[in-house]
Amino acid sequence: MIGLPIAQLQIEKPGGADDCVSSNGFCPEWIAENIDRYWTPLLEHVYLTVAPVAIGFAISLALASMAHRRRWLTGPVIAISGIFFAIPSVAAFFLLQPLTGLGYTTAMVALVSYTLLIIFRNITDGLRNVPAETRDAALGQGLTERQVLYRVEFPMAVPEIMAGLRIATSTTVGLAALAVFAGAGGLGAEILVDKRFKSNVVVAGGLAVLLAAAFDLMILGAQRAMTPWRRSRA
Amino acid sequence: MGDQSDRSTAEPLEFREVTKRYPGASKPAVDKLSLEVPAGEICVLVGPSGCGKTTAMRMVNRMNEITSGDILLGGRSVKDRKPAELRREIGYVIQHIGLFPHWTIAENIATVPKLQGWDKARIAARVEELLDLIGLPADTSSRYPSQLSGGQRQRVGVARALACDPPVMLMDEPFGAIDPINRERLQNEFLRLQAELRKTIVFVTHDIDEAIKMGDRIAILQEGGKLAQYAPPAELLMYPASRFVEDFVGSDRALKRLALQRVRDIDLWKAAAIRVGTPVTEARAELEDADVPYGMLVDENGRPKGWLSDRAMTGERVTDDVRSPAHPIVELDDVLRDALADLLSSETRYGAVVDKNGSLAGVLSLEVIQHFLHAAPAASPTGADLISE
Repeated sequence: MIGLPIAQLQIEKPGGADDCVSSNGFCPEWIAENIDRYWTPLLEHVYLTVAPVAIGFAISLALASMAHRRRWLTGPVIAISGIFFAIPSVAAFFLLQPLTGLGYTTAMVALVSYTLLIIFRNITDGLRNVPAETRDAALGQGLTERQVLYRVEFPMAVPEIMAGLRIATSTTVGLAALAVFAGAGGLGAEILVDKRFKSNVVVAGGLAVLLAAAFDLMILGAQRAMTPWRRSRA
Repeated sequence: MGDQSDRSTAEPLEFREVTKRYPGASKPAVDKLSLEVPAGEICVLVGPSGCGKTTAMRMVNRMNEITSGDILLGGRSVKDRKPAELRREIGYVIQHIGLFPHWTIAENIATVPKLQGWDKARIAARVEELLDLIGLPADTSSRYPSQLSGGQRQRVGVARALACDPPVMLMDEPFGAIDPINRERLQNEFLRLQAELRKTIVFVTHDIDEAIKMGDRIAILQEGGKLAQYAPPAELLMYPASRFVEDFVGSDRALKRLALQRVRDIDLWKAAAIRVGTPVTEARAELEDADVPYGMLVDENGRPKGWLSDRAMTGERVTDDVRSPAHPIVELDDVLRDALADLLSSETRYGAVVDKNGSLAGVLSLEVIQHFLHAAPAASPTGADLISE
């Protein structure tokens, strides 16, 4: 099993002269000197967030397009993605190991499955909120069903879709901290390296929080840029 | 083809025994509707809710499929056309307008040209032309629908429908969501536009007054999608074909007819126009000839000053003794209904009618109007005749 050996690790604290470090305290000096050790886990964490959200978004978009034409699909998709969503993440990481082994694949499968419910729901809600008269006008002008979907309905659903992406991304940043149990590294692995050392836990945990905030702002910015029509009111 | 508004196209439209039956409904929504709309005319479909007027209209561009019968556009069955292609050739304006909120005004207007694959320069030129046509400033093009007023959005909806110069336009309660004052303005604007463009238009409304104002012909539908009457507005008001039509056009249909006519359209009474100093014998001779027992004192330009009293005619020459002022004064171009209102609110029985220069052209009285209402209409005036000049 994988958790145990990691838990026994500790960050080397040479010299023993520093009281703060030897007493596992919060030591700004130590942090300033050792911040480099966190960059690689941070990058892994970025990857563990961006990839699942991107893949989850692609799958959700495809499913939502299908469910838009065949309304009956919506229920089953939400039910199944809801079940995925309900499986505790740590359990999922362990359950998937016999199938996908230890590493990124396992983490990815689990993390992607968590994004589906959130993103799919928001896309379908967004599409449904397009007023009937706008659809009617679009069809009446001679747009085909496909053109209505891609030129009118998806663009008009952007605010809801982006809201879904923001929730999914924040959730994934958090869940990716547990990907260490799938052997996928990330900031979660760094926390477990020495979970009693406050400086370590605060820096690794803090970086995860900052990462979530940064992603959130980026998506919000993208949404603003994509929806100039929402900002300009008479 | 024909995308210039100065060489506008129009096609005749024909409904042939068109029936629409929704699955599970016991009665058809539209029942064997047959009517012809000549090219360039406005046909208003009007009736109470549930009469199938909107359904009938939507079968033209196949937003609703025809159950049986056929609709011919320019002699060609709409059933032989691909819906999306057909719809690009038919202007479509709905009550909620349905502008695309995420597109600028220019992009909205360019909807169909873009689908038809026009190049950018041609689209830009057309958008500019249409904004000018609907009377919106050119800088509106870069704005979004949410930045426009309801009336402006409605105009943009019309511009969008006109973009590819379609031979036929469908309009479903296009002014329904506009407040009454602006609605009237938009109606007038649209009639002016139509006088220029001469499109074949199917116009749906539940408002009989709007139907009378907008229609060259009016089709009154009753429950179950049956055609109750199809006639020009004046004929409809004069000779309602059934009790249903009579009730639907309302008990004030005489007044509605007056709203379709100008004072100059009817046979006015002849008045004796008399100047001060005219020999009384001459004045009496003129009075003999007139339809009104009183002489109208006029100034040197023939402008009415007042009705002469008996005393004014007692001497050798006519004096300026008037029994009552020349009030009301109505103009030849006034709408008959307004002239009647003036007449009713004044104390005299006669209204002096003047031409553009203000000189006396005749006399309007209640009898004149009654006589007009009982005579068969010589021509079939429409609301548009009052607008377009």
